[in-house]
Amino acid sequence: MIRVTLPTHLRSLAQVAGPVELQVAEPITQRAILDALEAAYPMLRGTIRDVATKERRPFIRFFACGDDLSHEPADAAVPAEVALGTEPFRVIGAMAGG
Amino acid sequence: MSEVRVLVGTRKGAFVLRSDEQRKDWTVEGPHFPGWEIYHITGTPSDPNRLYASQSSGWFGQVIQRSDDGGKTWETVGNEFAYDGVPGTHQWYDGSQHPWEFKRVWHLEPSPTNPDSVYAGVEDAALFHSDDGGKTWQELPGLRDVKGNLWQPGAGGMCLHTIVLSPDDPNRMFVAISAAGAFRTDDGGVTWRPINEGLKSEFELPDATAEVGHCVHSIAMHPSNPNKLFMQKHWDVMRSDNGGDSWHEVSGNLPSDFGFPIAVHAHEPETIYVVPITSDSFHFPPDGKLRVYRSRSGGDEWEALTNGLPQSDCYVNVLRNAFAVDSLDSCGVYFGTTGGQVYVSADSGDHWAPIVHDLPPVLSVEVQILP
Repeated sequence: MIRVTLPTHLRSLAQVAGPVELQVAEPITQRAILDALEAAYPMLRGTIRDVATKERRPFIRFFACGDDLSHEPADAAVPAEVALGTEPFRVIGAMAGG
Repeated sequence: MSEVRVLVGTRKGAFVLRSDEQRKDWTVEGPHFPGWEIYHITGTPSDPNRLYASQSSGWFGQVIQRSDDGGKTWETVGNEFAYDGVPGTHQWYDGSQHPWEFKRVWHLEPSPTNPDSVYAGVEDAALFHSDDGGKTWQELPGLRDVKGNLWQPGAGGMCLHTIVLSPDDPNRMFVAISAAGAFRTDDGGVTWRPINEGLKSEFELPDATAEVGHCVHSIAMHPSNPNKLFMQKHWDVMRSDNGGDSWHEVSGNLPSDFGFPIAVHAHEPETIYVVPITSDSFHFPPDGKLRVYRSRSGGDEWEALTNGLPQSDCYVNVLRNAFAVDSLDSCGVYFGTTGGQVYVSADSGDHWAPIVHDLPPVLSVEVQILP
């Protein structure tokens, strides 16, 4: 199972208290994880990616294993630890403001 | 005894304020959607327990929430606001053309007869409609055909913030956009025409009397005469007696004719309210005094309503969607401020009292009377 952690506001919107676990078909990519996330929690559609283009929203970042994956291609494989479920795929609200 | 329910949208969540028809003792419920901007939360006339809320965030975008039990529980509905066809471009601050980009929903206006029918006014300015309770949205693209390439963002963004449905003609509605002006449709939203004749925007537009481009802040109508409209423009309070075909200024003796909201008394079609603000440079009331101004003559002659409102050291603003009236026999008047206060008058504005002092900045206020 793939584990995904969400920022506070998206946990509230999805009505979950902690990380969510998702069954994701291989190959495990950002796109596959986010497709599975939105299928399981349709209220999250449009809050992480643009509804139409599927591009990451500007103030959303993706992290895993201590690395910023935000600029990785959506169809690139995620780190093996994420694919194995030992490390979460983290959706983060970017630092923004003053 | 009737219940009064005030729906308040703020920069950091929604609040529901409840009282009876005396409107003296209130309960405050919330925040709903804490931390999110609630540009508008409103009820549905034909089903008061059907509420709609526009929830948005710079991080997470637009969400539309719907409640079918008066705000006790909520469900997310559709948030895909796709412009019809190729969105095209509008005028940018530097005079260049800029692509239309959806940012947020400013205003939700349910049909008076069908709770599943609701309009949404959005930034960048466009009008959308849902006929399935907000699950899906379709643009009414004819509006942007009205010289949309000449529209330009105001300081608050290029937003469609006002939607007024004509009570006697389901095909007629009015919208207002900053900074494009006012528009009317007589065929249910297929085609539109600008209704800005008489508006003057000197030093704001290259042509002060241009057909489009005016910064209209809000429009109000009394249902007994849908041809009579009142407008708070960026500067100037205006009136039309012919459905917007032409306007004339009724600012009269106001201390400033800059402001955001305008409203009409529930039972007196010639009684209107504005909140004068010093200027577009100083978004606070003149002289540090928070004063609602009332005209009982449809404009020109105004009286300050101050009883119960702060009359010194007050530097809040009242935004365009943050003013409402109720329909009780003794008309209630409500407004919220950028300082987080919500005030009520249960006697048409003669006496005011705060319902709550310390909410986040208030973006919208609506009121419902429940049996």
